[in-house]
Amino acid sequence: MVPESNADQMRIHIRLDFAEDGFSLCLDTRLPLKGVTAIFGRSGSGKTSLLRCLAGLETRCQGSIYLGDQCWQAKGYRLPTHKRPLGYVFQEASLFEHLSVRGNLDYARKRAWQQVTDEEYHHILDLMGIEPLLQRRSYQLSGGERQRVAIARALLIKPSLLLMDEPLAALDQARKQEILPYLEQLKANALLPILYVSHALEEVSRLADTLLVLESGQLKAQGAAGALLASLDCPLPTGEEPGVLLEGSIVERDQQWNLVKIAFDGGELWLSQSESWHSGPMRVRILARDVSLTLAEHQDSSILNRLPGVVRALQKESDGAMILVRLSVGNTALLARISRRSAVHLGLCEGKSVWVQIKSAALVR
Amino acid sequence: MLLTDQDWQAIRLTLHLASVVTLLLLLMVTPLAWWLAQTQSRLKAPVSALVAMPLVLPPTVIGFYLLIAMGPDGWLGQVTQALGLGLLPFTFEGLVVASLVYSLPFVVQPIQNAFESMGQRPLEVAATLRAGPWDRFFTIALPQARRGFFSAAVLGFAHTIGEFGVVLMIGGNIAGETRVVSVQLYDHVEALQYEQAHWLAGVMLVLCFTLLLGLSLVQKRAGWSGMKYGA
Amino acid sequence: MPVTNLLPLPRLAALILLLFARPLLAGQTQVAVAANFSQTMQRIVEDFQQQSGHRVGLSFGSSGKFYAQIRQGAPFEVLLSADSEKPAALEKAGLTVNGQRFTYAMGTLALWSALDNISVQGADILSGGDFNRLALANPRLAPYGLAAMQVLDTLKLTQLTRHKWVLGENIGQTYQFVATGNAELGFVALSQLLARNIPSDQYWQIPATLHQPIRQDAVLLSTGRNNPAAIQLLAFLQGEKARRTIREHGYTLPPEKPAVQP
Repeated sequence: MVPESNADQMRIHIRLDFAEDGFSLCLDTRLPLKGVTAIFGRSGSGKTSLLRCLAGLETRCQGSIYLGDQCWQAKGYRLPTHKRPLGYVFQEASLFEHLSVRGNLDYARKRAWQQVTDEEYHHILDLMGIEPLLQRRSYQLSGGERQRVAIARALLIKPSLLLMDEPLAALDQARKQEILPYLEQLKANALLPILYVSHALEEVSRLADTLLVLESGQLKAQGAAGALLASLDCPLPTGEEPGVLLEGSIVERDQQWNLVKIAFDGGELWLSQSESWHSGPMRVRILARDVSLTLAEHQDSSILNRLPGVVRALQKESDGAMILVRLSVGNTALLARISRRSAVHLGLCEGKSVWVQIKSAALVR
Repeated sequence: MLLTDQDWQAIRLTLHLASVVTLLLLLMVTPLAWWLAQTQSRLKAPVSALVAMPLVLPPTVIGFYLLIAMGPDGWLGQVTQALGLGLLPFTFEGLVVASLVYSLPFVVQPIQNAFESMGQRPLEVAATLRAGPWDRFFTIALPQARRGFFSAAVLGFAHTIGEFGVVLMIGGNIAGETRVVSVQLYDHVEALQYEQAHWLAGVMLVLCFTLLLGLSLVQKRAGWSGMKYGA
Repeated sequence: MPVTNLLPLPRLAALILLLFARPLLAGQTQVAVAANFSQTMQRIVEDFQQQSGHRVGLSFGSSGKFYAQIRQGAPFEVLLSADSEKPAALEKAGLTVNGQRFTYAMGTLALWSALDNISVQGADILSGGDFNRLALANPRLAPYGLAAMQVLDTLKLTQLTRHKWVLGENIGQTYQFVATGNAELGFVALSQLLARNIPSDQYWQIPATLHQPIRQDAVLLSTGRNNPAAIQLLAFLQGEKARRTIREHGYTLPPEKPAVQP
């Protein structure tokens, strides 16, 4: 494991050129090795290929990869996978079927880059909640349990970098909800930097610090997760709604109405209380379609959250009927999706002051 | 018991031959099956076809060509003579060599299939867990292909026991050396000693049935059941 | 089958019928022949078909297998065995036509080496012991093997050579052992050597006095009782022309006119 202070400065420099069966991946970027970096894009955009190239599993991929000053790949040179200090979690949990859960974990522990103490071992098992599963065999585990074991196994190798290829994609909604808290624990424990491939906005919203958006094998956008998601032209995978991500914290609980107040940079929001809420930093996701605009403050509305804001940009959607409006509320960006007719009717333009009504917001962490 | 000493000698010899051949084949064939399962070389197709050839040729024809190849003017005979081993036909060692050729596809194919059906994923996972190529082969590929090895061993063993045409051609029917059960049985039938033949065949069937049944019970107990055979 | 009358049928159907049709104009018979006699029999049958117009189907193989097959109802009408025991056994089992069993040929044994540096001019080479293996047909199964063992017994060489024996399942396989050089010496049939034009200085023709005669008997099976083609073939086999062919191929014949065995 890379010491914390060192990890701060660590970057991975990737320059790749990989083509296969009509698909090509071509990018040149530096990624900070800190927190969770989500590689985001629709299926076929090259996310998995990128991860496989990084791991050295794609032997036909050309280019160079440097982790800090350690060369993983350069012209005519390729460090074999087993010599790269990385952990890899595959899309479908790939436990060794001939070994028990303990056998799978020990396989990694025996080969770890640094010795894994008993304390660390139990900490990781605890983190993933798999201590009770040790004697089982992989076919006796649920999909979610398997994936947790696979994550623990990747951690036990004590890598400098953890690569996760859509670890939740093969799971149903209930299983996803079961595992996400473990991933958040992992992130909160700041054990190591993570590259997280996903096409699901929910996962990215909950986990990512940095976002790398891929489209057709090309780098489309890169930056801090919150800022990038609030931009109008952030290319989203099909089926994903535009929306923004707010960082905030709970400042008040209203037991009578069962509500909590979240403060963020630019205002406050009331949300319905849920037992899973905890103190500390929060992320709130607000979809553009749940945001409506008025010129005056409507006291007589059922909508709880009304905030003053300023229109920053407008962008027509491809169907011509709807329009995406970028707003600033204090220092925070919000997106609203309204009909073009309403926009004309309200006379929306850059710099216009409006009231922002937020119909609903979801706490993602 | 109605079996003669010669019959028992043939049974012992046959089981000995089948065991030696099966063991040698498993050892020799594993690297070949691994290569066939992993390679993207253009040689894969011709080599696979070559391995399957013993399935195509009638056993007596294989035996005939082995007899020529192992003879004093054959290439194999030249090699064994140069090595000071003499000639192989009419010896136990000769039968072993011939059986290796004859049973080869029966052992290669289940192992190759097992390696192939395992896929690349477990090996990739192992590579990300710091396992080098040899490590991956011994700790992942071999144990995951165990069912393939089991069926290969069973097929190789059974096939060597049942082998007749090749042995007939190069064996020379020497008691305790090359007179295996299939030949002894054939002799009984040809000499119209049907009762003796029935007894020998019966004993051999019971013996092999018990052996194979025992093996698959062992396999079941080892927790390999409930999963696809050879997968 | 009157194929010529199938006027309105489509051609394909006629073709298919033709495949299964057996001409009834001339007779037809199915004959099982001991493998060692195959070449000789083919010559004889050619002559026979030309003369009689009958068709003869020949199957070659081991006499033991034919015996088992005939006992299980195989559709052979004539058996040309490699020995005299199997026809006798079939007769005993009531599967033959009485009075139709005779010796059609007697085998001649030869001691042969395919290697240039070994010259076989008599029994000396056997007693000298200067050879790696001695091939002979399995005495239990093949009449030639039994005769070879009788030769060794007569010469009092059985004990001396026994450890060098390799046994062919039949005389054909024994020939292969010697021909490929894997056995440096072997007892084969003279007919095999003649068929391949082996020069006579490479083998020693074993005097008939050293062993019991190798009688190869023919028999008419019950299935052929009323088949003129089968009956005529057996008669032809005993005729002068066939006897000449048989002699030319390295067999001898009983001194008198072929007689029915007692």
